[in-house]
Amino acid sequence: MNANVPSSSTSHYPTAPTAQSDVTHTLSVLVDNEPGVLARVVGLFSGRGYNIESLTVSETQHAKHQSLITIVTTGKPMVIEQIKNQLDRLVPVHRVVDMTLSGRSIERELAMVKVAGKGDNRVEALRLADAFRARVIDATTESFVFEITGKSDKIEQFVALMLPLGLVEVSRTGIAAIARGPEAM
Amino acid sequence: MTKEMTGAEMVIQAMADQGVKHLFGYPGGAVLPIYDAIFAQTEVKHILVRHEQGAVHAAEGYARSTGKVGCILVTSGPGATNAVTGLTDALCDSIPLVCITGQVPTHLIGNDAFQECDTVGITRPCTKHNYLVKRIEDLPRILHEAFHIASSGRPGPVVIDIPKDIQFAKGLYSKPKEFPHTGYKPKLKGDMAAIKAAVELMANAKRPMFYTGGGVINSGKHASELLKELVRLTGFPITSTLMGLGAYPAADPQWMGMLGMHGTMEANMAMHDCDVMICVGARFDDRITGRIDAFSPGSKKIHIDIDASSINKNVKVDIPIVGDCAHVLEDMLRLWKAQAKHNDKKAMGDWWKQIAKWRDRKSLAYRGSNEVIKPQYAIQRLYEATKDKDVYITTEVGQHQMWAAQFFHFQEPNRWMTSGGLGTMGYGLPASVGVQLAHPKSLVIDIAGEASVQMTMQELSTAVQYRLPIKIFILNNGYMGMVRQWQELLHGNRYSESYSEALPDFVKLAEAMHAVGIRCEKPGDLDHAIKEMIDIDRPVLFDCVVDQKENCFPMIPSGKAHNEMILGDSGVSLDDAITEEGKMLV
Repeated sequence: MNANVPSSSTSHYPTAPTAQSDVTHTLSVLVDNEPGVLARVVGLFSGRGYNIESLTVSETQHAKHQSLITIVTTGKPMVIEQIKNQLDRLVPVHRVVDMTLSGRSIERELAMVKVAGKGDNRVEALRLADAFRARVIDATTESFVFEITGKSDKIEQFVALMLPLGLVEVSRTGIAAIARGPEAM
Repeated sequence: MTKEMTGAEMVIQAMADQGVKHLFGYPGGAVLPIYDAIFAQTEVKHILVRHEQGAVHAAEGYARSTGKVGCILVTSGPGATNAVTGLTDALCDSIPLVCITGQVPTHLIGNDAFQECDTVGITRPCTKHNYLVKRIEDLPRILHEAFHIASSGRPGPVVIDIPKDIQFAKGLYSKPKEFPHTGYKPKLKGDMAAIKAAVELMANAKRPMFYTGGGVINSGKHASELLKELVRLTGFPITSTLMGLGAYPAADPQWMGMLGMHGTMEANMAMHDCDVMICVGARFDDRITGRIDAFSPGSKKIHIDIDASSINKNVKVDIPIVGDCAHVLEDMLRLWKAQAKHNDKKAMGDWWKQIAKWRDRKSLAYRGSNEVIKPQYAIQRLYEATKDKDVYITTEVGQHQMWAAQFFHFQEPNRWMTSGGLGTMGYGLPASVGVQLAHPKSLVIDIAGEASVQMTMQELSTAVQYRLPIKIFILNNGYMGMVRQWQELLHGNRYSESYSEALPDFVKLAEAMHAVGIRCEKPGDLDHAIKEMIDIDRPVLFDCVVDQKENCFPMIPSGKAHNEMILGDSGVSLDDAITEEGKMLV
């Protein structure tokens, strides 16, 4: 495709895609919860070469059988615009809202973090968990499972701290996002 | 009004209620109940093709030439997978289709049953929408919804996968009424503020240019009328993509010919140099733009498209207008008239003078011959012999397709059926079957190449079976011509596998298939042979033996800009025409 043409000093076109740098956006996509709808959304991303950084799906309106899909994606601004338009074009998609563009959204993620260890490491892990407001949801004499909620960078930070203290594994939900204020999306 | 019937009966009843007259298909185990329902009625006539790909292309030809939805019925497994090429073709060219596929019974789905495949999975990326029907209660709604989705907004193919037990199950059928889909609401009216800004821009343009596409044709005949009125009123030059040919009459002096990779010099140069571009129902495809960062560098761009995702996809535009072409053109016309706008007479005079210079270059010129038939000459003679007739043209894909686009001229929409976006060799013959069914009294010609035509050759049997007097006009140069041309361009004339070895004797082949075969090898015999072909009221396979080495010009090599095209008589060797970077492009 022509997008591969290397940019050169002779470019007449100031907004050629190659001139833009990558940005990360969080999209909320309201869809009919029907068979295959997730495959349509995910297939669109893989088929057109878009990135998915995080994906969260659940039925949010049972009476209407509608699900909210929250997608975090990275790309050039022109590509992000494309992604939104392409999503909007899918028949079961009702609305696509760019939470990053609206600038008024709250994003949270939940992670469960398993740490195994003894002695000082165990005490240190508990103290750090307390500082991060992570809860202990499972414990044995040699392990903890912490539940932590927050922005992705907070979780990243917590996981990084647990690494030398005996991190075993992490399970993350992916990002859920909602707009501030009284209005629905 | 509801009525109890089986799922199979619902399929046929829904088609009848949707006004479907012809259904293209091929039977098999998983659709037998529907074939039984076909047997029991006369409203929907089934056309038996020879391969499912042919069914889809025939339905495409039918749809493209009538503006109606084309219908297909195929069985599960291989029936569905054979239809995939046609479905993808229809998606690329925005052709409204409803394709019913049979599926193994519900309880066997996922069991790797005989002739089972994941049809909705396979067709998801090549349809506008698709359904797997799991409950008979959903079937009537899905059937009617499919017709609505296929034909509204940006048209496209819709697949309904129906398991065999659902075909046998009984349920309540209701007639098509508004089945309002809660989420799917295509926007038809354009934003008025944007339209106003566009009209303002147009009125102040010094070097304006209309660039139109298949969207105008999909928008209906009315859109073409409105386009004609607006173009004449403004006095601007107009060019069109391959898919948009016929929306504006080629006989009109404001018509510049097709643009793009094999477009005319005047169209491409004017696109490059214009200051205001009005794109109506086209999508800045790579065959149109050439090198994207050198595409029409100095122009303000207005883009009218019903599909928001077409806007700013390849080229950033200044005034995007999301809406149906006819609706937006109507608003533009009204504004232009109400505000008594007129073009800048002096600037337009200079612009047309410049265009006249480009036209004088005669970019489509080729060297004639008395010895051998030049393919361009063959198309010109075909055009001269048929231009006063009620004629429809389909094509395959390759050099012949481009020559047809350059040398056959269309005065009306829906007369030109070609595979543009996907570039499907083998499209034209089955498409002509569909066109001829829709227009039984018209002259339907498939302009073909000897390689393409062999891909769906078997559909000649379909034409014979239903007495469809299609004419297959083969420009036989003994090569996959466009492949050979690119091998000259990119690969040092090494003609790897592009020679059409072991060609059949097309005349004998036609006769064996109960059609008529004609061969013509001399320019002097051509007119007479074409007349003979037209006069025969049966399918004709016309083997027009043409110059083996002719290439298709003008050409913008990939990676080059509009003003860097190669002309046929410029003496540039194809070897040197393309850069290393350009070779990486398609």
